[in-house]
Amino acid sequence: MLNFLWGGMILIAVIYGTVTGNVKEVGNAALDSSKEAVELCITMLGVMALWTGVMRIAQASGLTKRFIRLARPVLRFLFPEVPEDSKANEYIASNMLANILGLGWAATPFGLKAMEELQKLNIEQGGKKEVASRAMCTFLIINISSLQLIPVNIIAYRSQYGSVNPAQIVGPAILATLVSTLAAIIFIKITDRKKGR
Amino acid sequence: MNFLIYLSDFCIPLLLFYMVSYGLLAKTDIYGEFVEGAKDGFRVTFGILPTLIGLMTGVGMLRASGFLDLLSRLLLPVAKVLLFPVELVPLVIIKLFSSSAATGLVLDIFKEYGPDSYLGTVTSLICSSTETVFYTMSVYFMAAGVKKTRYTLAGALVATAAGVAVSTLLAGLM
Repeated sequence: MLNFLWGGMILIAVIYGTVTGNVKEVGNAALDSSKEAVELCITMLGVMALWTGVMRIAQASGLTKRFIRLARPVLRFLFPEVPEDSKANEYIASNMLANILGLGWAATPFGLKAMEELQKLNIEQGGKKEVASRAMCTFLIINISSLQLIPVNIIAYRSQYGSVNPAQIVGPAILATLVSTLAAIIFIKITDRKKGR
Repeated sequence: MNFLIYLSDFCIPLLLFYMVSYGLLAKTDIYGEFVEGAKDGFRVTFGILPTLIGLMTGVGMLRASGFLDLLSRLLLPVAKVLLFPVELVPLVIIKLFSSSAATGLVLDIFKEYGPDSYLGTVTSLICSSTETVFYTMSVYFMAAGVKKTRYTLAGALVATAAGVAVSTLLAGLM
């Protein structure tokens, strides 16, 4: 996907820039932007390292495990067909926690594990391998609805570009995230009812 | 709204306080763990550097060529009907496919209009409350070997639309 997206951007920029007579600006933008990406990473490094450091404390002190226990009732509500003792529960909870804390890259491995477990359940419960089970659809919709409470990278980008109060958006962002997740849950529950489950 | 901004001010200090005190009470080697974790942050940040260089260059070139303005002008009627800021239409579309490509656009918007402007605020909120629909679906379903995704896309788009709508509303109130 990125091959076409990125390739398209470069090709369109050069062609359109030539047509509109902006070709010199396009060339300068290429050089400036690449330099800027490095500057950005260096500024971001501090916030990112602080965050991953603190998260590591949460893991080592058992805070993460406690959250997973707390998440049980939520999981039962969202995934009624997943048995209590299934490993899928643990992976789903870890994936959600990582997403909530804004650790997208840490969330993906758990998410993939969760999908594997849900696929096993799907086949056990008589589903077809190529067709997504109800639990898989639910898991992905919730995942895509965004669970992130603290948008760490956005805060870092904001401070890089001179925001007076980079963290000012955290409160409204939490509200926006809650609404999008709520919309996802309502959608899932309505679909469930229509399909008679 | 004031309450939400107030909450924003307290959120990070409180979270740090809670995690550190919990760690101390659980007799964790908090500083050792912190340093180890911070190393991870280095790995992650430098890990995304190559993609960031590639995509920021792509978006930067696209903006300099004037193509993004053309795209916004073309989409103006649609955005007007939806009461959505037209400058952010490309961001919402790209965000469905790739979060790193969207990051390139976000930084471009911050640079052009400033992170604290109305557009900057809407952008920050949209990025915090939406996900890369097509990317996430393809990675996760591919891993499980699923071909028929049923109503996942519809649900994901509903959630994304809700996130974008609320972000626009909230930014107007701030």
